[in-house]
Amino acid sequence: MKGSTAIRVENLSKTFDTAAVLHDLSLDVRAGELLALLGPSGSGKTTLLRIIAGLDFPDRGRIVFGAEDATRLPVQQRAVGFVFQHYALFKHMSVADNIAYGLNARKRADRPSKVEIKRRVGDLLDLIKLSGFADRYPSQLSGGQRQRIALARALAVEPRVLLLDEPFGALDAQVRKDLRRWLREIHDRTGQTTIFVTHDQDEALELSDRVAVLSRGRLEQIGTPDEVQEAPVSATVLKFLGDTIEVEAIAQGGQVRVDGRLTPVAAPPGLVGPVKLYARPWQLQFAESHEAHLHGTVRSSYRSQGRQRIEVDRPEGKTVVVEASDTARLPAGRPVGLRILAGHVFAG
Amino acid sequence: MSEIATDLPRQQPASVVTEGGLVRGLLIAVAIVFLALFLVLPLATVFVQAFAKGWDAYLAAFHEADAHAAIRLTLITAAIAVPFNLVFGVVASWAIAKFEFRGKNLLITLIDLPFSVSPVVSGLIYVLVFGSQGLIGPWLIEHDIQIIFAVPGIVLATIFVTFPFVARQLIPLMQEQGTAEEEAALTLGASGWHAFRTVTLPNIRWGLLYSVLLCNARAMGEFGAVSVVSGHIRGLTNTLPLHVEILYNEYNFVASFAVASLLAGLALVTLGLKSLLEWRYAGDIAASGRRH
Amino acid sequence: MASPPLRPRRRFRQPSVIPGFGLTLGYTLTCLSLIVLLPLAALVVRASGLGLSGIWEVATDPRVASALRVSFGISALAALTASLFGFLVAWVLTRYDFPGRRLVDAVVDLPFALPTAVAGIALASLYAPNGLVGEQLAKLGIQAAYTPVGIYIAMVFIGLPFAVRTVQPLIVEIDKEIEEASATLGAGRFHTLTRVVLPPLIPAVLTGFALAFARGVGEYGSIIFIAGNLPYVSEIAPLLIVIKLSEFDYGGACAIATIMLGISFVTLLAINLIQAWSRRRFGYV
Repeated sequence: MKGSTAIRVENLSKTFDTAAVLHDLSLDVRAGELLALLGPSGSGKTTLLRIIAGLDFPDRGRIVFGAEDATRLPVQQRAVGFVFQHYALFKHMSVADNIAYGLNARKRADRPSKVEIKRRVGDLLDLIKLSGFADRYPSQLSGGQRQRIALARALAVEPRVLLLDEPFGALDAQVRKDLRRWLREIHDRTGQTTIFVTHDQDEALELSDRVAVLSRGRLEQIGTPDEVQEAPVSATVLKFLGDTIEVEAIAQGGQVRVDGRLTPVAAPPGLVGPVKLYARPWQLQFAESHEAHLHGTVRSSYRSQGRQRIEVDRPEGKTVVVEASDTARLPAGRPVGLRILAGHVFAG
Repeated sequence: MSEIATDLPRQQPASVVTEGGLVRGLLIAVAIVFLALFLVLPLATVFVQAFAKGWDAYLAAFHEADAHAAIRLTLITAAIAVPFNLVFGVVASWAIAKFEFRGKNLLITLIDLPFSVSPVVSGLIYVLVFGSQGLIGPWLIEHDIQIIFAVPGIVLATIFVTFPFVARQLIPLMQEQGTAEEEAALTLGASGWHAFRTVTLPNIRWGLLYSVLLCNARAMGEFGAVSVVSGHIRGLTNTLPLHVEILYNEYNFVASFAVASLLAGLALVTLGLKSLLEWRYAGDIAASGRRH
Repeated sequence: MASPPLRPRRRFRQPSVIPGFGLTLGYTLTCLSLIVLLPLAALVVRASGLGLSGIWEVATDPRVASALRVSFGISALAALTASLFGFLVAWVLTRYDFPGRRLVDAVVDLPFALPTAVAGIALASLYAPNGLVGEQLAKLGIQAAYTPVGIYIAMVFIGLPFAVRTVQPLIVEIDKEIEEASATLGAGRFHTLTRVVLPPLIPAVLTGFALAFARGVGEYGSIIFIAGNLPYVSEIAPLLIVIKLSEFDYGGACAIATIMLGISFVTLLAINLIQAWSRRRFGYV
């Protein structure tokens, strides 16, 4: 059933006290995919995840699992696996008891035998590469190990969907990177439908099959990492996905001009008049004054992750950052011209 | 109509991590009934009994020399015991919280000791030291110094039972606050005393007030320990709680409860101020976070 | 001037730039010795004068043995009651919101603030056969005042705040995500409460029980008015100390006091062991 719709979110609205956190949000999750809910804090992404899990309830709208309306299904019966940012392991239980918890909580008739539970716990410990940790307690484990246990605990109940709330948010940078790769591997091996919440664009773009970008309780765009990067539907999505510079421009007849000079950026049909042009730092190039779209003076230059970045002060007072491959060091105060190589335009 | 159809009923659970409304209501009811029966009813009884024969009978309880003497002695006792323990508590928590030394935990345990000693035993140990058959009793009799069955014994026993109040409140508070601010003051040229007055004291003032409040309530209300060392001499060695006992045993219930209502009033004021402090200055009263 | 060679050595105190260590520690130790340690030492000296056999002799005297049984037995029962209801009260106060919650929370501390003699006469008059509650109980054939039941009631009264205040901070700190995790794994509310929420609270409940128990054993003021103080029936150990003292039987008083201190000490030790175990097991108290 890979590719069919596993979860349908229909017209979801939710208000806390007086602040609306979700506005009429709809979304399809495909079976077997790894979907990232990406957005800044306050975008409603965690609330959406909690509503899918059954930990929060919408004011309006429906959650459909397969063909079953799950909107009013209690959390216990939803068969979701939820992984919390701060692990939420049971401190007084051993690792094995933590993983077996969901199986032991079942009614006697549905509960696997002791031997079967033990076997499954063993398999899951192998999967998360923590065999031999069965009798440890959570307080004896590192943060990364705890999060792996939390994942195994969620997988043990064979959930219809795995939900992860900022799963790597509490870990340091190196562990985060390792766990990301590892989560992707687990997903490829199990084919488990998975939704994870993050505010980290790199994490979302690197890890997921599709990314849903949320902003102020609305779905801005959903698509593969390539689609959202190459064809962002709004300035919000574009800005959220990375550093951008913003330039006033004029669109006419499908062409975009900055400072009267034509750019290689195409305007969507129908977009005419004053617009905003957005470009990434690497979509700019230093150029002779007569070819340049922008002018300014160098404020400073520095190396960041192996690339040269130059801050340029523009006459109107804005500072733009340019990423240059030609690494000639430019002295501060030198007047420069910048040429736009690519970018996107949206209505101002 | 479709919009109405997707509207969910209002009685959906507020949270999945709480009990159902019925269970919740039942538990709240049980807790409140229990507290009302065991705690509030006795308190109310004090006032009901005190006013059982009207205002005049109530006031009459205070219009006698023995009552005045008891009030005076209670005030004197608290006026000595509370400042003593205030100074002790501040000094001890400075030594314990601002320095690292061996045997610190033992010292804290020893300061806490009076809390785990029965009030009667607290009185007994002073009788064993100062009583006529006590360690230095004969020497005291020779020099005509009276401690047991006299005011000094009452004050000493009161200091004993209230000994840990201030220290145990301030030690964790000052430990949590650390020494960085004092060190900063010292590097800026302040003397140790100046640093204490201008940096430490303002940081602990609410915790200090809080502990003094509780210390005072106990000092004025102590019964067991004081009862053992006082000798119950009317007009001389009776504090308010002892006076309550004597009146009660004489079946003078109205007067007994009238005097008791004074102490109950003190307890209510203490509780009120305590709650107010907890509410307004929660972070400044006690060490937050868990004990490590 | 050659500086002394640096070598690791355990020193009495870590160096610090903060002044006043000698002065404040000296004052602390002086006060502690004079007020607490020396008088307690007097008791130890006196008791050791009796010897173990002397203390045993007093302890096995029928009246003393009965008083000790009354004090310890009823206190254990009362501490159990206080722990159960204390837990309930702490749970209700931290987990549920209802009008007057702050007031109810303040009321819990009443036994801490109300002088014991005041509590004593109030309880006595309330539970006396002609008292407000005593009358109702009498109809059920229960006489509370002037019997061991009265002692039990007074001990629950004074033990309750210990039970509530020991577990309350831990209930506050329960991570809601733990309960949510349990729910997402399919556990019902009852399963979640009994398997996930309660077990980590057990050490705190035991600590509260021990504190309430120790307080009940030593309590005097709030009990003597309601107890009736009938030898062999409703006479508590602290009262017997007072009686021995008034008979100038210092030895007898010391023996009972020593037994009570010994048992308090064991209780305190138990509390420390519970907390140490809890710290090892869960990483917190």
